[in-house]
Amino acid sequence: MRNTATIAWKEIKGYFTSPVAYVVALMFVALTGYFFVRSVDSILTGANFPEASLRGLMRQISIFILPWLAPVLTMRLLAEEQKIGTIELLLTSPVRDWEVVLGKFIASMTFFLAALAMTLWYVLMLEWRGNPEMGPLLSGYLGIILYGGAAMSVGLLASSLTSNQIVAAVTSLGLLVLLTFLEVGADQVTGVASTIVGQLGMTTHFDDFVRGVVDTSNVVYYLSLMAVFLFLTVRSLETRRWR
Amino acid sequence: MAGMVEVKNLTKYYGNFLAIEDVSFEVKRGEIVGFLGPNGAGKTTTMRIITGFLPPTYGTAAVAGYDLVDKSRQARSHIGYLPETVPLYLDMTVEGYLAFMGAIRGMKPNRIKTRIGEVIDACRLGDYRRTHIGKLSKGFRQRVGIAQAVLHEPDVLVLDEPTIGIDPIQVVETRQLIKDLSGSHTVILSTHILPEVSMLCNRVLIINEGLIVAEDTPKELGNKLQGVERLEVEIQGPRTEALEALQKIRGVIEVTCSTNGDSDRNVYKIQARRGLDLRPTVSRTVISNGWSLLNLQLVSMSLEEIFLKLTTDEEINV
Ligand SMILES: Nc1ncnc2c1ncn2[C@@H]1O[C@H](COP(=O)(O)OP(=O)(O)O)[C@@H](O)[C@H]1O
Ligand SMILES: [Mg+2]
Repeated sequence: MRNTATIAWKEIKGYFTSPVAYVVALMFVALTGYFFVRSVDSILTGANFPEASLRGLMRQISIFILPWLAPVLTMRLLAEEQKIGTIELLLTSPVRDWEVVLGKFIASMTFFLAALAMTLWYVLMLEWRGNPEMGPLLSGYLGIILYGGAAMSVGLLASSLTSNQIVAAVTSLGLLVLLTFLEVGADQVTGVASTIVGQLGMTTHFDDFVRGVVDTSNVVYYLSLMAVFLFLTVRSLETRRWR
Repeated sequence: MAGMVEVKNLTKYYGNFLAIEDVSFEVKRGEIVGFLGPNGAGKTTTMRIITGFLPPTYGTAAVAGYDLVDKSRQARSHIGYLPETVPLYLDMTVEGYLAFMGAIRGMKPNRIKTRIGEVIDACRLGDYRRTHIGKLSKGFRQRVGIAQAVLHEPDVLVLDEPTIGIDPIQVVETRQLIKDLSGSHTVILSTHILPEVSMLCNRVLIINEGLIVAEDTPKELGNKLQGVERLEVEIQGPRTEALEALQKIRGVIEVTCSTNGDSDRNVYKIQARRGLDLRPTVSRTVISNGWSLLNLQLVSMSLEEIFLKLTTDEEINV
């Protein structure tokens, strides 16, 4: 566990000294701010908030922000180690492969959570002008954190497959767009196929959360997605070692 | 415990390509062993197996008694490694990087702090503690690479071509540094530069095209390398006179005859100065003495051929 923490901490410090991270944080704030204002735009007219919730915002983070945020945050984590060769020192130190992967995952999640914390400002505004229900707010945050975790693990797998950050980013962007729009795709087919495709989609399992429902099957879905992609990442590192 | 490093019958295929074949050796505690061979000989491959980065296709390697496959993590915790490419995080400071390497090697925070001080002094990096590694010259990066390799005081130090690609002054400094630091460690060092092994090592393994072809002390290797050509000549004629006549030929260093004097058909081995082809002179000498020349051939020493591919001249390397 200490190794995991060491690796996570190194990457977290890496984020905060990298200009890319600041640009990303800025874009996150700008976009969420825009989405928030749009969802409650009566704030401009001074009327009471018509809908005192973050439903819209959470949906938009999942569909319009995470598919690029996760690739940008994860592309460097393993690809760069392979490009500059530091992976050789990392894997020849007495660290387990999964500790490396978990450490990097935790780092990307920490950055995401820090960015997400900035949306708490919007919660304050809701409290100030309206009377939001606490339940859907909390479940919405739980949902987006799980969704983000799944997205980061997809990005990490892509980063382990190449030594080129751009290739990693494009790969995970592709995968995430696919997983995001499977639900739309499910409407194009019928019967069992439709159900299966729909169930695999990342958005399918998200709506319950923003409506205030924490369904175990949805939690399990995101946790499994994370487990599968992190496991594949560990395997991908191992095959690099064993090639 | 037998050796600090025990390597048995290592064979490594990259796909269908055979990189090393049946490599076996042992390194005892405190020994400094040089792994000498031309480019592409399989040095890096062997070191990557010893450090647990690559698995062997066949054979075993163990460090401090731990097998690199079955007990990989225990084995790895006894190793300090400087890969050939000196991989470093360029956006970290020297101090920050060493702290990170110490932590993933499982060192306690207090010990990391003391050891960083010590290795920074030993590697003369004092002025650069807080410098970003990306701003350092190649020679200084090499020192940082060596510093991380010795930081946790590993039982075995593995250095892959530690003086490659840096300027001559820094090569000298780096060698001195390795010499100073090697004192208490068991060291395996690879190089394709001949003089380097005589400067640093107690023992040399010569590897060529994936095979270990010789093992010796640097001094003995030096003797073997003394530039000589070898000839074998079979003469029908009186032994003593033939020996005498052959010895008189210009450029001949030594003549030996392994057969005894009973027969007058003898094989003589001639060592001559490098670069001379004595075959015409030898045949003329034999004929003019009225003896019969039964056979005459140059003996090519495979070891010498390998030496020709090594860098013997420092200037060529830089
Ligand atoms: N990852 C790899 N895939 C395929 N061939 C390789 C790989 N690494 C090394 N080789 C080949 O194996 C041989 C030995 O390489 P190496 O161990 O790097 O030699 P050295 O370090 O002595 O120069 C070379 O012919 C090299 O081209
Ligand atoms: Mg090499």
